[in-house]
Order: sequence, then structure tokens, then C-alpha cells
Amino acid sequence: MATKKFMFVNRKAPYGTAYALESLEVVLISAAFEQDVSLAFIDDGVYQITKGQDTTGIGQKNFSNTYKALGDYEVNKLYVEKESLEERGLTQDDLMDLVWEDEDEDWTEKPSIIMVSRSEMADVMAEQEVTLSF
Amino acid sequence: MKFTIMVNEGPYQHQSADSALQFARAVLAQGHEIFRIFFYHDGVNNGTRLSVPPADDRLIQKEWSELAKEHDLDLVICIAAAQRRGIMDEDEAKRQGLDANNIIEGFRISGLGQLIEGGIEADRTVVFGD
Repeated sequence: MATKKFMFVNRKAPYGTAYALESLEVVLISAAFEQDVSLAFIDDGVYQITKGQDTTGIGQKNFSNTYKALGDYEVNKLYVEKESLEERGLTQDDLMDLVWEDEDEDWTEKPSIIMVSRSEMADVMAEQEVTLSF
Repeated sequence: MKFTIMVNEGPYQHQSADSALQFARAVLAQGHEIFRIFFYHDGVNNGTRLSVPPADDRLIQKEWSELAKEHDLDLVICIAAAQRRGIMDEDEAKRQGLDANNIIEGFRISGLGQLIEGGIEADRTVVFGD
């Protein structure tokens, strides 16, 4: 099957709606289909990858660890929009340390998070062939 | 041109379902092809046959069903999203030990791989959601 550039655009907070959880399910399937997968985190979507998520008070499953597993599925391009972080009083230090291991460099750990400006994000989106927005 | 359409919101609650339906009609009217329409999130509710809106309102699920019949469309409901929200076909209801099914004619239930395949096979993938 052909390989295309797939981008999953995450715009919503991790809890409150099902979008983030169900988006992750699609991401994992697309990786199984060996597509060239990127993720974008914009607007409240940046909260999906913040550190220290605790769902005990809302009675829902905390699925934030799934983002840490993405590197194992060769999903290692996680574009995070700087302006969205800034608008919410967040910095990259508030985000989880998401990494992948580079097979070609003796499994060296490399960061998966790529910080981009709003206009750079637009450029990355323009390069995609299939963009699914959640 | 070949299209895949993704519908992420339920009928009546959100404009997306109507917009997707109208977009699908426009695509076909202009002579394009629809490879697949994939229903995800609350969009799976577009596939129930048990909706009964007031008599003067549109029946969105029936409109999908009729459009599918007329143009031989492939309308696919995501199985994981459907299970959460209680959209069942006969086989799935039986498999889950449930006493009823509610899928409307013209839809089928399958996996998320169908969405990815749709993205690969189509020239354009268009998402209708919130």
C-alpha cells in the first residue's frame, strides 16, 4: 500500500470530550499502516501532552502515557505550536519528555517534540497529503 | 477526483452531519467519485435507524441511506466508536450478546483501517467535525 504524509491535528483538551482519546486510536492505526505520520498540537490540544495529568477526580482513564509510546510506533514528529503554549501560560517544560529511539544511530534517544511558530505550523500543514483534524 | 469524507459529529446536535451530506451530494453532482464516507466519534449516530425527529424536520440518517443506495456509496461506521455509543449491526449485537441492533440500511461497521485506506486511496480527504 502506498505511503502518504498523514497529519493529525489535535485542537482539544485531553478530557472533557472524546476527541483526544479517539484521535490517538487513529494515530496508532495509521502507524500500523506504515504511513508517514505527524501530529500537530494547537489551541487547547497542547494540554494533551502536559506533564502530571491526574484523572482520579473525574473517574476517567488517564491515557497520557500512550503519547510516550508513540515513539515505539515510529510516530516521532510531534509539532507543538509555540503561540498556543504561550497563550495558555505554558512552556515546553510543562510538556512530557517525549522521545524516540533512532535505529540508525544505535538507538539514540531523540526528542519527538518539535516546537514551531504559528506560521511554521502552516508550512508543515501545507506539506501534508492527508490532514485529519480532531 | 476521488474523495474520502470523514464525519465526526452526530446528526441534529451539530451542523457537520448536514454539511457532510450536502458536500457529498455536491461532489457527486459535479461528477466526482466518493471512495468512502467514514463515520467517527459521535458521527456514528448518523447510522442509526431508530431516530424519530418531528414530522416537519429532515431525517438525516434516511437521507444518508438513500444517497448510499442511489450512488452505491461505501458508508463505514467505526467499530470502536460504535461500540461505545451503542450502534450495532446484527452480527455485532449477536457477538456482544445484546438483544437488538439499530444500524440503518446502507451503512456497515468496520475498523479504523478503513479510514486510513480511504486517506491513501482518495485524492482528497475532507473532514467534517467540530
